[in-house]
Amino acid sequence: MRFLLVEDNADLAETVLARLSLDGHAVDWARGLDEAEDHLAVAEYDLILLDIMLPDGDGRDFLAAHRRARRTTPVIVMTARSAVSDRVALLDTGADDYITKPFDFLELSARIRAVLRRGAAEALPSQSFAGLTFDPQQAALRFEGETRELRNRELRLFEILISAPERIFSKAQLCDRLFSASEAVSDNAIEVYVGRLRKKLDGSGARIETVRGVGYRLTRS
Amino acid sequence: MTAAAPPSLRRRLIWQFLAVAGLLAGLLYVSTRNVAHDAVEQTQDRILGAATLAIAQELRGGEDGVEIDIPYSAFSILGATGNDRIFYRIEVNGTLVTGYEALPGPPQRPGGLDPLFYSTTYLDETVRVAAVMRSVLVEARPAEALILLAQTRTAQESIVAGLANRAAMFGLGFFLTASGLAVLLARLVLRPVNDLAGAMARRGPQDLRRVARPVPKELQPLVSALNGFIARLSAALSRSETFIAEAAHHIRTPLSALRAQAEIALRETPDAAARARLRRIVRLADDTARSAGQLLDHAAVMYRSDQRSDEAVDLARLVQGICETFRPAAELRDLTIALDVPDRPIVLQADPLLLETVLRNVLDNAIKYSGEDGSIEVQLTQAAGQAVIEVRDRGRGLAGAALSALGRRFERGDNVGDVVGSGLGLAIVAEVAQVYGGSFTLSQREGGGACARFSMPL
Repeated sequence: MRFLLVEDNADLAETVLARLSLDGHAVDWARGLDEAEDHLAVAEYDLILLDIMLPDGDGRDFLAAHRRARRTTPVIVMTARSAVSDRVALLDTGADDYITKPFDFLELSARIRAVLRRGAAEALPSQSFAGLTFDPQQAALRFEGETRELRNRELRLFEILISAPERIFSKAQLCDRLFSASEAVSDNAIEVYVGRLRKKLDGSGARIETVRGVGYRLTRS
Repeated sequence: MTAAAPPSLRRRLIWQFLAVAGLLAGLLYVSTRNVAHDAVEQTQDRILGAATLAIAQELRGGEDGVEIDIPYSAFSILGATGNDRIFYRIEVNGTLVTGYEALPGPPQRPGGLDPLFYSTTYLDETVRVAAVMRSVLVEARPAEALILLAQTRTAQESIVAGLANRAAMFGLGFFLTASGLAVLLARLVLRPVNDLAGAMARRGPQDLRRVARPVPKELQPLVSALNGFIARLSAALSRSETFIAEAAHHIRTPLSALRAQAEIALRETPDAAARARLRRIVRLADDTARSAGQLLDHAAVMYRSDQRSDEAVDLARLVQGICETFRPAAELRDLTIALDVPDRPIVLQADPLLLETVLRNVLDNAIKYSGEDGSIEVQLTQAAGQAVIEVRDRGRGLAGAALSALGRRFERGDNVGDVVGSGLGLAIVAEVAQVYGGSFTLSQREGGGACARFSMPL
């Protein structure tokens, strides 16, 4: 997916770029509204992440102009204001969602995913492994006519594992994707969710294998 | 009686008008009475003078003195005017010929047949006297004859009194008419002032438009001063709004960067000790952002509660909207938010921003202190003229903390060491409850967890 990030704070922009790249997205960075227009003139984007207070103008005006020009690229607004009335005003202006600074990357990814999911059904295609179908849209596992629903963290954990079957993920890697960095959890907290996911996979052709001292991987039973 | 009712312009106008009208009515009465008195006196004097002359003409000198044949017709002219008594005295060369000797003489010698009039007292009555002088031949020698004719003034006085009475009635009528006019006039004169005052009083607290209605010239300095104040007030208000927004931006954006850097570092570091420290950094950044946010919330609550910019708010929609914004954050932790809101709108008069601040703080608390996989119940009910919002969690509850202390600023529970927080959140909620005459209580929930209950009158 290709995103455009409009943010004047270089430190924040750099980290958002780094983090979204880790998730496999290509991100262009615009420092202001003029630069953003330049980017939009030459490239197609799947999503725009937009700051409100920018050196060369108000992000809301940009957003309104964007919608007036009938451009449908979804927009997530990043704002320092948290009042719900601001949110309503933003959504009325045409924002697809908004996130309050400082934000958790987990929450940002969750919102990005939700917005993309709303836009296009094929944004999150089903994946299959060892006779098992994983439908992230419905948060469900299907095998042999049986459907098992996954809760949020189980879903995210399975998403990581199925993205590269047979590959070993360390506890720390999984932990970073499952828990907010502000949560006081140890890396061992991941074991609870691995346990739950194993129960849901029970009876299917796939299982989660513990690789001692290294981590976990998804493999065939 | 009220000790210090403010002075009323209207009353003052009326009083002043009445005072002037009263004075004019008094003057009218006095002058009419004087004019009437003079006119009647002059008329009476003429008659009296004519009668005196008539007597004087009947005086004839003879061989052995003077002869007089009093013409009673003269008296009948006088008698026509009423029941006045008549006295006369005729003397020749200072010797009484006929009449009342004690009738006081004139203050000076009358100049012949032109009558001299004077007032005097005779037999305890005020009388008007006409005096004429003529020369007669007595024993072939010229002699001076003085003829005095006096008349009491009862009739004259009663005519004057009648005229004066009429003048008094006129004066009273004039005064009463003027009083009615004064009330009417005061109202007319003060109408622009009353209109302006009424228009200002009807304005809502948020209405900071200039006063544009046309006013008389005399009110223009007042209105332009008022417009000046309005302009300054709205500028000050928008400055503080802008300040709050900018402060939020300039604190939260760098904190975002700090938090994001730490988060990236966390992903790149396998070392357990370093990871623990990085998590701490993230938590501290969150802590700072939350504190800053709540301080700004607090400032906003303080200044908005002074403003009282109340409008009709549908609480049901508001609660739903806020729960929606919290859902993604809750789902990330496998927390479900169970919403129990009536289908129909619950409308009350309040500042929506203050109510949002309440809900955000209470929900934020519930999410923060909930364990994994928990559920948070948000319930909105309406009973006995009160709207009640309850937020119940299955978190750690309120162990050890004095419930009343949690509503105080910077006061936190005893069992929250590992969760970030400023201690301002619930103080803000309690303040908003106070602003609207509602209440906020925290209680321990049966089976573990806490229940936050916010209520306000509809």
